[in-house]
Amino acid sequence: MSLVDVSGLQVTFGSNRVLEDVSFHIDPGEIVTIVGPNGSGKSTLLRCIIGAIRPDAGRITRATDLRIGYVPQKLHVDPTLPLTVRRFLGLPRSVSRSRARQALESAGVPDLADRPMSGLSGGQHQRVLLARALLEEPNLLILDEATQGLDQPGSAAFYLQIERIRRELGCAVLMVSHELHVVMAASDRVVCLNGHVCCQGAPEVVASAPEYRALFGSGTQGALALYRHDHDHHHDHAHGHSHDHAHGSDDNAGPSPGKAHAPHD
Amino acid sequence: MIDDFLLRAALAGLGVALAAAPLGCFVVWRRMAYFGDATAHAAILGVALSLALSLPIVLGTLAMALIMAMTVSTLSGRGYAIDTLLGVLAHSALAFGLVAVSFIEGVRIDLMAYLFGDILSVSWTDLGVVWIGAGLVLGLLWWRWSALLTATLNPELAHAGGIDPKREQLVLTLSLAVVVAVAIKVVGVLLIAALLIVPPAAARPFSHTPEGMALRAAGIGGVSALGGLWASYLLDTPTGPTVVCVAALFFVASSVVALVRGSD
Repeated sequence: MSLVDVSGLQVTFGSNRVLEDVSFHIDPGEIVTIVGPNGSGKSTLLRCIIGAIRPDAGRITRATDLRIGYVPQKLHVDPTLPLTVRRFLGLPRSVSRSRARQALESAGVPDLADRPMSGLSGGQHQRVLLARALLEEPNLLILDEATQGLDQPGSAAFYLQIERIRRELGCAVLMVSHELHVVMAASDRVVCLNGHVCCQGAPEVVASAPEYRALFGSGTQGALALYRHDHDHHHDHAHGHSHDHAHGSDDNAGPSPGKAHAPHD
Repeated sequence: MIDDFLLRAALAGLGVALAAAPLGCFVVWRRMAYFGDATAHAAILGVALSLALSLPIVLGTLAMALIMAMTVSTLSGRGYAIDTLLGVLAHSALAFGLVAVSFIEGVRIDLMAYLFGDILSVSWTDLGVVWIGAGLVLGLLWWRWSALLTATLNPELAHAGGIDPKREQLVLTLSLAVVVAVAIKVVGVLLIAALLIVPPAAARPFSHTPEGMALRAAGIGGVSALGGLWASYLLDTPTGPTVVCVAALFFVASSVVALVRGSD
């Protein structure tokens, strides 16, 4: 049985239809990434799943034992609100000192307990949010653009941590992200969203889907190339023309070298 | 019975200050200062209503404060320019209230008592009302504390943890209306917001946790109430404003110390 099963979801803000007929599910233990351009309704879908938005139509079925650990995109702590990391971890339910320390260790920031939330770096901040989510003992960890504001090595390390946590806890992970290269490599399944579900499936399948390419255009040449190389396409070509295939990739990559060179001119 | 009326005044001031300070922390954290103003100013309309219908003042003010607080918190979720809206509501409520009071015939009304409070005329019954209201608010805050704090920090975080931020907002709205209704006798509608905001602001630089800030704010509020009463007795000044002056001096002192110390 799925942890969350969404069917025929529709959300409208004013006259703006954000989600239309979105169906989607996540099973125990899998890592699912939702990709899509800005304004494609990614965060709206997550907020429907956690119950923050009531959809106009459609149904969301949650498993009876569903426990969500939610990592928001960014937590703004008002400067008037004094909050140590230790105290933050006890929201909304207080936790023992040892469990708090354990969660911080799992998230890779063992020594921050007594620091004020306002004094953390971007990377520490995200890991503290992750630690708090882990204290909910989730079977579904939800991350909304969790690596925004981190540099590329920082976010790569963060996703490695997520994979490690999934291995240790066996929880499912639902992520939303722009960072296609890193995220897609870490996912079992990718859902490409643009108001509706354009395509979904294994990362390599989505990466080569025409709908996906139409959405992301030349911005994802790296990801496409990555998966093209990983993936054996020979069965598509009766004549075994591997050269053709490579050429096809180059065609798509066409505009990219020109762009890459532009700044050096 | 000079001791008697001073004792009642002291207890009333203390009750209001103790309840207002922790609630005021949420007002500060959620940036609802104007919200407090609008609710408090609407209470003068409640005074007019009570006089017109011969109801106890506390009922009329509670009702009007509640209506105003609900209106504002409903509208605030709908994308209006909220600071403008609150400015409009706060001052119109006050103006309409003052005009409405002038229509009340018969009893000559001491308007100043409602605008700035009249703590020295607090009766034992008034005192009972103050402490019942204060106890109610403190109990509500104690019960919902963790949920309120989570919802204040981030509404999505609250939802994911099974907390409805709208319900918590309602708890604050209700508490605010109760504090306004019981504080009107002590500091008057114009200065209620000060009692909510000044003690938490003074407590902030010395606090590292939300609970620490609420306790310190309550302490500062309580000392301000007693100190203000004492100072107004010595200097023969109006009591409500003197209480707020003492709290403001705490704020100045705390800000200066924080500045010198270079606090976070």
